[in-house]
Amino acid sequence: MEWLISLAIGVLTASGVYLTLRARTFPVVMGLTLLAYAVNIFLFAMGRLTVGLPAVIDKTAGAVNIANHSDPLPQALVLTAIVIAFGMTAFLIVLALKARGELGNDHVDGLDVDSDNNVTKEVK
Amino acid sequence: MSHLAAWPVFLPLITGFILILAHMGGIRLQRAISFLAVIGLLVLSAALISFTSTDQYQVYLLGNWTAPFGIVLVLDRLSALMVTVTSLLAAGSLWYAMTTDTDKKGAHFHILFQLLLFGLNGAFLTGDVFNLFVFFEVLLLASYGLLLHGNGRLRTKAGLHYVVINLIGSTLFLFAVGALYGVLGTLNIADMAAKIAIAPQEDLGVIAAAGLLLLVVFGVKAAMFPLYLWMPSAYANTSAPVAAMFAIMTKVGIYSIIRIHGTIFGTEAGELAFYYAPWVLGLGLITLFLAALGVMAARGLREQVAYLVLASVATLLVGVGLMSQAALSATLYYLIHSTLIAGAMFLLADIILKGRGSYEDRFESGPAMPNAILIGSIFMVAAIAMTGMPPLSGFFGKVLILSAALDDSWFAIITTVVLVAGLITILSMARTGSLIFYKILPEESVPASDRGEPLNRMAFIAVIGLLLASPILVVFAQPITAFTEATANQAFNSVAYINAVLSTPAVTEVNN
Repeated sequence: MEWLISLAIGVLTASGVYLTLRARTFPVVMGLTLLAYAVNIFLFAMGRLTVGLPAVIDKTAGAVNIANHSDPLPQALVLTAIVIAFGMTAFLIVLALKARGELGNDHVDGLDVDSDNNVTKEVK
Repeated sequence: MSHLAAWPVFLPLITGFILILAHMGGIRLQRAISFLAVIGLLVLSAALISFTSTDQYQVYLLGNWTAPFGIVLVLDRLSALMVTVTSLLAAGSLWYAMTTDTDKKGAHFHILFQLLLFGLNGAFLTGDVFNLFVFFEVLLLASYGLLLHGNGRLRTKAGLHYVVINLIGSTLFLFAVGALYGVLGTLNIADMAAKIAIAPQEDLGVIAAAGLLLLVVFGVKAAMFPLYLWMPSAYANTSAPVAAMFAIMTKVGIYSIIRIHGTIFGTEAGELAFYYAPWVLGLGLITLFLAALGVMAARGLREQVAYLVLASVATLLVGVGLMSQAALSATLYYLIHSTLIAGAMFLLADIILKGRGSYEDRFESGPAMPNAILIGSIFMVAAIAMTGMPPLSGFFGKVLILSAALDDSWFAIITTVVLVAGLITILSMARTGSLIFYKILPEESVPASDRGEPLNRMAFIAVIGLLLASPILVVFAQPITAFTEATANQAFNSVAYINAVLSTPAVTEVNN
């Protein structure tokens, strides 16, 4: 399972970095979303990978063996990180739309890219 | 148990909630509530300073869970100092926003302003790394809103860059926090420091890498080379009170380096003790030199002030990178100075911009502005303070940092860069002053539509108030440096911090 998780984190991060470096706002938003996915899985894995173990300790069950429980803290962290990333992505999409409206194009630098002549010039 | 440590965090939050309800009551009600809250924060700051001046810590257990299991707020001298500087700056910036009607240009200026204060104070008081991340997000989201407050094409463009770079910073923050948790099994700053001291050899590499990743994150906040490129355009294109308030935002990065790295990788960290410091020092020096070039190359006054802020942040990084108690004390003195004066400079730049009409703050000859002599004299005072010439506080701050650098092996390089950068900024500011105030076009050659509006005297009070910090820092240099020395002493004594946090017992009974 470890190699699958690490592969997933690696691929997500690599795709995220690639997309974040693109020149249009939409790929950048997608890239940041993928990076957020990668970091969420990473955080989750930091509590060590376990299968079928409860995160909540049952006091009435008698003597508690920690080895029979998964770490609840990373799960709480991931939950917080998901909510924050979700809110930030929503904000960024609105901002990208606003930039599209005000700058007249969806280039991250507000440049007017003439794809035929491959010339970039700043919008006046 | 006293709730002193919690109030600076909750007062702006509660005020923010009230302001949402007060929105239907009109702008005057919002202004009154918002300003009262900032006055309340100033009073609280005085209480925090007097509480911490006896060198005690207040560890506030949220939910009454003892550290390291619950989240704690930790009040010490450094936190009290940062909250105080924030409140002073907020008072000046909010006054300017109200007197110039900047807060009317969008619907929720005051709410965002209070939430920004909530995030800032929370970041300064928390004793938990993940909680610090959450407060960073709070203050960033508020700052996104404030940055875009009002409209403008350039503002949107700069805002987009600012938001994207900070989202990347947040992602890196989570990677670093996750890696540290995976190795150390804790998120409490004090507990992390205690765990690093006994960490097995094979884990040190991961911890060191995560620590440097955190440094990158704080470098984004503090605008450290090569992560500062978002900063000048974001600061130059936003509205003046917001830019003034943002003078503290870069200092959040500096504070986090002092707090997190200084505690976790402090004297007790064994092999990793202060391993980050050469990075901070070297990158600080590079930032300082490039910022000085930026000051010289700026095309407008606001851009120039943004680069001046960058130069002051770089000077602070150099001070932090020297990793000695004397240097940290000097850094904190310079931090108080540079934050308040930078705020004043942004407000002053806006006043000059309005006085020059259609010439705005571009570096070209324009008509004489109304009250040019008054504004010009104040500009000269501010420029002297900002560039670090005697007799004002910028000079003392730099002298303190340089004298603390005397023992460092890099002394020659540090002195050269700081002094050369100082010279470049002095020359540039002299050129700016003469261009704006001396080389003026004759009155009749400028059509009336291009002339500026008269001086807003009420708004000018905010500039004077913030600038007064500079002579006050000089006149009361003795008690203030005594305080910063004690603060540096406390910040360096990570053992006392760790003990204070980890030994605080839960409250057993509620006394009304």
